[in-house]
Amino acid sequence: MRTASDVGIVGYGAYIPMYRIKAKEIARIWNVVQVPIEEKSVVGLDEDSITMAVEAAKNALKRANIDPRDIGSVRLGTESKPYAVKPSATIVAEVLGITPNTLAADLEFACKAGTEGLQSSIALVASGMVRYALAIGVDTAQGRPKDALEYTAGCGAAAYILSTKSHETLAYIEGSHSYVTDTPDFWRREGRFYPMHTGRFTGEPAYFKHIINAAKGLMEELGLKATDFNYAVFHQPNVKFPLTAARRLGFNMDQVKPGLLCDRIGNTYAAAMLIGLANILDMAKPGERILAVSFGSGAGSDAFSIVVQDAIEARRDLAPKVADYLGRRKYLDYAKYLIHRGKIRMR
Amino acid sequence: MCMSVPRYWRERAYRYRLVGTECLSCGRRYYPPRRVCPVCHSRNLVEVKLPERGVVVTYTIIRSPPRGYEKYAPYAIAVVELLDGTKVLAQLTDIDLSEVEIGMEVEAVFRKIREDGEEGIIEYGVKFRPRLTGH
Repeated sequence: MRTASDVGIVGYGAYIPMYRIKAKEIARIWNVVQVPIEEKSVVGLDEDSITMAVEAAKNALKRANIDPRDIGSVRLGTESKPYAVKPSATIVAEVLGITPNTLAADLEFACKAGTEGLQSSIALVASGMVRYALAIGVDTAQGRPKDALEYTAGCGAAAYILSTKSHETLAYIEGSHSYVTDTPDFWRREGRFYPMHTGRFTGEPAYFKHIINAAKGLMEELGLKATDFNYAVFHQPNVKFPLTAARRLGFNMDQVKPGLLCDRIGNTYAAAMLIGLANILDMAKPGERILAVSFGSGAGSDAFSIVVQDAIEARRDLAPKVADYLGRRKYLDYAKYLIHRGKIRMR
Repeated sequence: MCMSVPRYWRERAYRYRLVGTECLSCGRRYYPPRRVCPVCHSRNLVEVKLPERGVVVTYTIIRSPPRGYEKYAPYAIAVVELLDGTKVLAQLTDIDLSEVEIGMEVEAVFRKIREDGEEGIIEYGVKFRPRLTGH
């Protein structure tokens, strides 16, 4: 998909909470030997998807250096909303000073909710309906104790502010491609606390099929091949899946490594690919091209081709980088982890 | 019940964005906002967005918390002097109690303050954490 006029990223920001738990600490409790990642991020007692979204969006605003009242749309993609009914996006918009003349909505599509927001924000900007649009992907993912997902379900947020491409934009979006089918690989029924998944079925017919077809569709549309990209970042539910997808698409480790953070923060669901992309933008040079592909269970993928622009050099230092959050770590044992994730009934 | 919902809603700009008031007669700034300057008694005060960085001037540890704060106890409450000199009383977060020090650099963050049980509203507001390096 291409827009009639080019749309760019005028600000971006990420947030990762300070707490970590080692996958080996979880494995110690359940007598498991092999673990899929090193460690994952865990929220503090006073954090949720709304507070994390606020910090990521504040960082995006610092880099964009715009009047928040000029933002005409806030899309917050998450599957861990603090309120089942009451938009999180209005709270975030209020905190940032974007209210009241703006669109605001929460979006849902498992781990693809964040890029679903990005896609609609691109359209809102390209159509001229709004000057700036804010898209946020955030999650405080829950894994059932003893389930395979418990080792990886992490917490984080990333925010992107879009506007029409100009010398002010830090990078621009060359094109996108979305690929969606009805695939029951992972779900959570209304009112249930933990999600269900279909084990190995989450790989081939779900993750790989959608990621690869979305990426291929985009590359065909733009006439680009893997070697035309300097970086590639994929949704990262673990370390193995994105590496396999990258290999099948013809990408090498050097292209994939900068965006692959799952080993250190886990799977941050709707934020996962978007935090990886933020880490790439923290280091990319003007002119470099990035392939960014999300995946959400249920299932679908959004693929974007992004070209870095000159303005990034002067703007990236205006807010904390992904590396600053990666470097800030406090380790929890399993008991403390249960308290942080609200898995112990206190009353 | 923590606080009335209308009151929380009315005060959201102050709670969410660290907005205080400045006395146009003597220049002093207040957080939370005041309508009358307690020093020069002027009623000529305007809202002002306060800087989000400061230092801990003093602190205390709350071990017997008021209702709604039980899960955070023990926690630190500090008087933070912002870069413009405004003093703010707020909870510290993302910190072990042994790390709290007078003079430490802190920055404002938006966090959950308390929840009205499992069915009521979630109150959000400003706390302070040790300043992140690198920006």
